[in-house]
Amino acid sequence: MANVFSNIGEWVNERAPGMMPMYRAHMTEYYAPKNFNLWYYFGSLALLVLVNQIVTGIFLTMNYTPSAAGAFDSVQYIMRDVEWGWLIRYMHSTGASLFFVVVFLHMFRGLMYGSYKKPRELVWLLGMLIFLALMAEAFMGYVLPWGNMSFWGAKVIISLFGTLPYIGGGLEQWIMGDFLPGDATLNRFFALHVIALPLVLLLLVVLHIAALHEVGSNNPDGVEIKKGPKGNRWDALKPADGIPLHPYYTVKDLVGVGFFLLIAAFIIFFAPTFGGWFLEHDNAIPANNLLTPPEIKPVWYFTPFYAIVRMIPSFLGSAVWGVLAMFSAIAVLFAMPWLDRGKVKSIRYRGTGYKVALTVFVLSFFGLGAVGAGITAEVIPAWFGNVDLTFWENLFGRLMTLLYFGFFVFLWAYTYFGWETTKPVPDRVTTHD
Amino acid sequence: MANEVVDHGRRRFLTATTAVVGGIGVVSAAVPFIKSWEPSARAKAAGAPVTQSLKKIEKGQQLIVAWRSLPVFIVNRTPAQLAQLPKEDPLLVDPKSEVEQQPKYAQNETRSIKPEWLVMVGICTHLGCVPDFYGEIKPEPFDPNWKGGYYCPCHHSRYDIAGRVYKNVPAPKNMQVPPYHFVDDTTVQIGVDPKEAG
Amino acid sequence: MKHFLSGIALALGLIVGTLPAHAAEGAKVELMKSGADVRDQASLQRGARLFFNYCVGCHSLKYVRYSRMAEDLGLTEDEVMKNLNFTGAKFQEPVISHMPAALAGTWFGKAPPDLSLEVDAKGADWVYTYLNTFYLDPKSPIGWNNTTLPNAAMPFPLWELQGMQSAQMQPAKDGDAAGVEKLVLSHPGKMTPAQFQQATRDLTSFLQYVSEPAALQRHHYGIWVLLFLALFTFLAALLKKEYWKDVH
Repeated sequence: MANVFSNIGEWVNERAPGMMPMYRAHMTEYYAPKNFNLWYYFGSLALLVLVNQIVTGIFLTMNYTPSAAGAFDSVQYIMRDVEWGWLIRYMHSTGASLFFVVVFLHMFRGLMYGSYKKPRELVWLLGMLIFLALMAEAFMGYVLPWGNMSFWGAKVIISLFGTLPYIGGGLEQWIMGDFLPGDATLNRFFALHVIALPLVLLLLVVLHIAALHEVGSNNPDGVEIKKGPKGNRWDALKPADGIPLHPYYTVKDLVGVGFFLLIAAFIIFFAPTFGGWFLEHDNAIPANNLLTPPEIKPVWYFTPFYAIVRMIPSFLGSAVWGVLAMFSAIAVLFAMPWLDRGKVKSIRYRGTGYKVALTVFVLSFFGLGAVGAGITAEVIPAWFGNVDLTFWENLFGRLMTLLYFGFFVFLWAYTYFGWETTKPVPDRVTTHD
Repeated sequence: MANEVVDHGRRRFLTATTAVVGGIGVVSAAVPFIKSWEPSARAKAAGAPVTQSLKKIEKGQQLIVAWRSLPVFIVNRTPAQLAQLPKEDPLLVDPKSEVEQQPKYAQNETRSIKPEWLVMVGICTHLGCVPDFYGEIKPEPFDPNWKGGYYCPCHHSRYDIAGRVYKNVPAPKNMQVPPYHFVDDTTVQIGVDPKEAG
Repeated sequence: MKHFLSGIALALGLIVGTLPAHAAEGAKVELMKSGADVRDQASLQRGARLFFNYCVGCHSLKYVRYSRMAEDLGLTEDEVMKNLNFTGAKFQEPVISHMPAALAGTWFGKAPPDLSLEVDAKGADWVYTYLNTFYLDPKSPIGWNNTTLPNAAMPFPLWELQGMQSAQMQPAKDGDAAGVEKLVLSHPGKMTPAQFQQATRDLTSFLQYVSEPAALQRHHYGIWVLLFLALFTFLAALLKKEYWKDVH
């Protein structure tokens, strides 16, 4: 039996001699720093969720009907009439939200340990492109069930493009293919959601990993292991602080996968709507172009960005400023490698100013999320009684917006003018399992 | 560095156990996806037994009802049509209905439970067209000696009034008789065998 | 509880415990706790009986097949077809009210909504509270009103069970219009208040089941999936520990 396998292996090797070297280069002979901590699970988990979304997505398309008349019914058909259809749909809907949880944590890891800094600028840029593609993918997927929140979500988000001067109105109709979101919109979103964007995402993910393996992974100490001493128990010429990705990080990531699946399965089987956060209750009502849901808000992972749109008032007769601010909130992240001129990568050795700024930045992100999700609209009257809600909500939201953008301005000034006092970075990684 | 002795036995055992448990997980996770291809509740509802009253079908007339999306022919055959059946035997491929194209209780000269009532899936056994009903015993354009039966417009296969296929036509087998039974004298249910046969 | 948990997960303790209850018809109404439980099969059966006696005349459950309902509620085909199916639909067909939609529109101003997803959209507590807050209102064209959904176009179908409630009005205060202070049972019905609350709880349970029949399967399989994953994670942790003995 073993003989048969080795014969097959030889046969393949003769015809594709590059395959085994490639496997070794990326798995058994890719040396990753040995000091990865909890924050380093989220890359492999994002890959796992991507696979989940593709597999469950393919099976959902088998029973979904991309038409304004049939979409809502077909989702209920999947939930009730198709054997195990409910599980496949909940895996997809829960996966969508968890994708963003994992990706947000993955991005935060990058900020915390300076993984965007030289020589990993390209890895960061490709990652940001993945994030953009993922937001487009998620938005279009959210429209497909054609519930009332799908419809109005589509309407509002597409209207953002309508605020652009001169071309806005035409652009809006071009995106919808109609005067309101309808059959044409649903069909093009379906095509983009199931074919075009997944292809783009897959390509970007391959490039992201390829770019990473070219320069090697960063680590919680921000130490370049390739510049450190050479020689480990597997290879005398490789970094002393490196360990082979396979088997050491594959078995470690397996533990992360186990924990992650436990959480995911708990949500899928016991709280699939997650209290209305992952699947919104207003989306249990079919799309109705005459009835806006009482609380129109995007699904949770868009709320921080959506809040920025709401917080910027229109002036000079145009509402485009809020939209520009929202896109800038994402665009500015692309510039991180050049805004941050600090000499030190990891937060462990950076100045106090950076630590405080990053904390404030994360809090501002949550604060904006709370505004966008309508939490402040509930909390302000509950905590402070009969006050002017709009005034206080706008004050809070604008402060959060200011802090969000302020992080980038501060970071640039802090590092450009050399105000940062860093701690000495060790030559070798310090901690590991 | 490598002064610690690796327990290869334990390592192999844990690798195998984790792989087996993980494998069981992957296979179990595949089951719902495979099962989702089974006929859905909607398909099953559409394939549910069909009950049809026979009161309005005149002698010599045919009614077509849908069962599992298939056309089912119900014909009220005349004594003349029934009398013609044995005479056709020499011209047929399978006059005794020996090929399993009908339930046991319809494996007889008339291929039916009650001689006058023909209940049959109207799908040509050649390539699946729906044959046309030419019930009357009279010359037809395609056959001057027509004795009543079915003529398939697609490739000219011919069947007699019991759905038995003639020789020298493309179709190989008699048309199929579905499971059915009589609820009462004037009502037939398609899709369920008679109680005594089941 | 779910709001609370998801709040912690999402806001990471930033703003805990004060997340918005999901939106029900704009106006703030104190909702009663329904106590609905889709795992209580006897309650579902009683709720189904109420639904098919009092509700199906106007409201459909277009996504629910009689056959699936029978299976999930532990009823036989004969029981469903004799006791619950009064429309002459086939066993495998969905529950469609035989009130013609066009006619309903002229009677009530708008067609009675399909209730397949009512609990998903509004919440079990809302449905339960709604069923308990009808009152006689001489000013309403249909004679009934509801404090949970003011000016509801629906006459109270369960009045012979609950009896009739009347509203004690609160005089207008500065800034606020006159409102209903509380509802009192002015004409007792066939049931005691406790019995009626149980009946509406059963009906709410049934409607909750109807809005997501998969909930029964979820609960059934979920625990086994979690146990299996716990075993896998445990093994993976042992494996990781074993391999990482190499890393110094």
